[in-house]
Amino acid sequence: MEAVLLVDFGSTYTKLTAVDIKNEEILATAKSPSTVETDIMIGLQKAYSSLKERLKGIPVEFAEKYACSSAAGGLKIVALGLVPELTVEAAARAALGAGARIVGTYNHEIEMYEVEEIVAKKPDIILLAGGTDGGNKSCIIHNAKMLAEHLSDISVIAAGNSKAREELEKLFSDHKMCYRFTENVMPRLNILNVEPVRQTIRKLFIERIVLARGLKRAEKYVGKVLMPTPAAVMQAAAILADGTEGEDGYGELMVVDIGGATTDVHSIAAGEPLEAGINWYGLPEPYAKRTVEGDLGMRVSAYSLWQTAGYQRIRKYYTGSNSDIEQKCLSLSEQIDKIPVTDDDFEFDAALGAVAVQMAVERHAGVLEKHYTPTGLVYALQGKDLRGVSCLIGTGGVLVKGRDPQRILQATLEGGFGEGRLIPQKPQLMLDSSYILSAMGLLSNVYPVQALRIMKKYLKRIV
Amino acid sequence: MRNTIVLGVIGSDCHAVGNKILDYAFSSAGFKVINIGVLSSQEDFINAAVETDADAILVSSLYGHGEIDCRGFREKCEEEGLSEILLYVGGNLVVGKQEWKTVENLYKKMGFNRVYPPGTTPVAAITDLARDLKIDLSKLGKVKVS
Repeated sequence: MEAVLLVDFGSTYTKLTAVDIKNEEILATAKSPSTVETDIMIGLQKAYSSLKERLKGIPVEFAEKYACSSAAGGLKIVALGLVPELTVEAAARAALGAGARIVGTYNHEIEMYEVEEIVAKKPDIILLAGGTDGGNKSCIIHNAKMLAEHLSDISVIAAGNSKAREELEKLFSDHKMCYRFTENVMPRLNILNVEPVRQTIRKLFIERIVLARGLKRAEKYVGKVLMPTPAAVMQAAAILADGTEGEDGYGELMVVDIGGATTDVHSIAAGEPLEAGINWYGLPEPYAKRTVEGDLGMRVSAYSLWQTAGYQRIRKYYTGSNSDIEQKCLSLSEQIDKIPVTDDDFEFDAALGAVAVQMAVERHAGVLEKHYTPTGLVYALQGKDLRGVSCLIGTGGVLVKGRDPQRILQATLEGGFGEGRLIPQKPQLMLDSSYILSAMGLLSNVYPVQALRIMKKYLKRIV
Repeated sequence: MRNTIVLGVIGSDCHAVGNKILDYAFSSAGFKVINIGVLSSQEDFINAAVETDADAILVSSLYGHGEIDCRGFREKCEEEGLSEILLYVGGNLVVGKQEWKTVENLYKKMGFNRVYPPGTTPVAAITDLARDLKIDLSKLGKVKVS
């Protein structure tokens, strides 16, 4: 039988998914700890033998193989712009949407100490924005100069004032840098243009970053590493929302992904105010938006979760007897490979998951403010109005392998309203119970219709 | 000569009379007034200032939504390369009776150089603007301002 093999080189696990395209079925999935630090092939081979076992003797020939990766810390990007709320934010949003990890953002003209900070952060790509087309030029030129003189070994994507292009190009080529130019991420005031930047990041990822990540050797066996894993999840979410040729999607939706270090939230939704009379202000929102909460996670970030959420918020979801929540969070943050064993472990993980996802969705959603004027009460919205989102899908270990995914996802609907956050009101809750979202995003590059149908078949509705 | 100004009423505000009066007063004093009129967005103000190489932007708001309408104005100016431009605002900037100092501070924090309460005469703003731009009004010399 012919099948497609999808590989996800994750930061902790290498995950394999075997798909029967003709019958639109998942044949088997398997995983093994990633071995990027030593030899990526070891983990891959282990996962592969485990996959073979699970296929239970079905003779499968993998005619096509595709891979995505978030190994070795993922795709690390530093974003530079002029004004924090404008081009810096626009650049950061574009990078997040491309599946990157933002390791730092800088505004206005950078100084030497900031250059040193950037060096220490070891980014794969520096995204250089600043100025609208024809707007401020001095900032992006200053920053390009600093990069060329001190950071010439890091790849740069320039997505700023198009009227600075020739000067920038000269600087970069004089210093023999690896650079790409793309359209301005904010060509005019309040116009967000993220798609060209996302495409450029992805291309550069395939061409250069894969090389540096020790993934090149694996490519012989698994085909091209096509995208960073979070970008694959984003693509799966987009196709699931919008549908494809001849197959309907679910409409506007959100995906939450609770990980060990971060909690990711994706929304595929215009986010326009639901009611008349709400003024929308601030930078326009990308239709497909991803946010990453670096302080909310199940293991590495368990202690920062405690610090942000506090006792009451966690206690609300943790009914266990041992109430030393701080100590538990601290110890989890030190045992990043810990798999829950006792009932209490499961209980506590569920509570952390609930709080992580609740806060991450709150932060992702827009805020509604009240203003009193002579014409009465008016509302101002900054960010997305997500109240009307039809579907909320959960993925990540604590949801897929945990015992009570419903309670965790339910928690997202219980947060936020007090502070005017416009979170989903009555979405259909769904679970990525076979853990296939990233694989299907990857598959949708080649087989969009099949990927969509498989997701619709395997995502489980809960209540 | 640094005497070009962009004038307009921000947001969904249609108060046209004061706008005409300011246009007349500033023009008479010798300023080159680019009046973009009522119902103007921040982008309209800034685009006009970029195109005309203006030295100051004068924002009016009479309907009480000024605080929402003016947020982020200074930041957008910076992004467009207008970091040196003067920003003035005046009108019924907030609703109800609020201490003027509080209102003034609110707008100064947003990056406005001068903030004017209701009842300010055009002469006051004209005098300030001439001082801020370091120009001698008598040399613009159309109408004598006293």
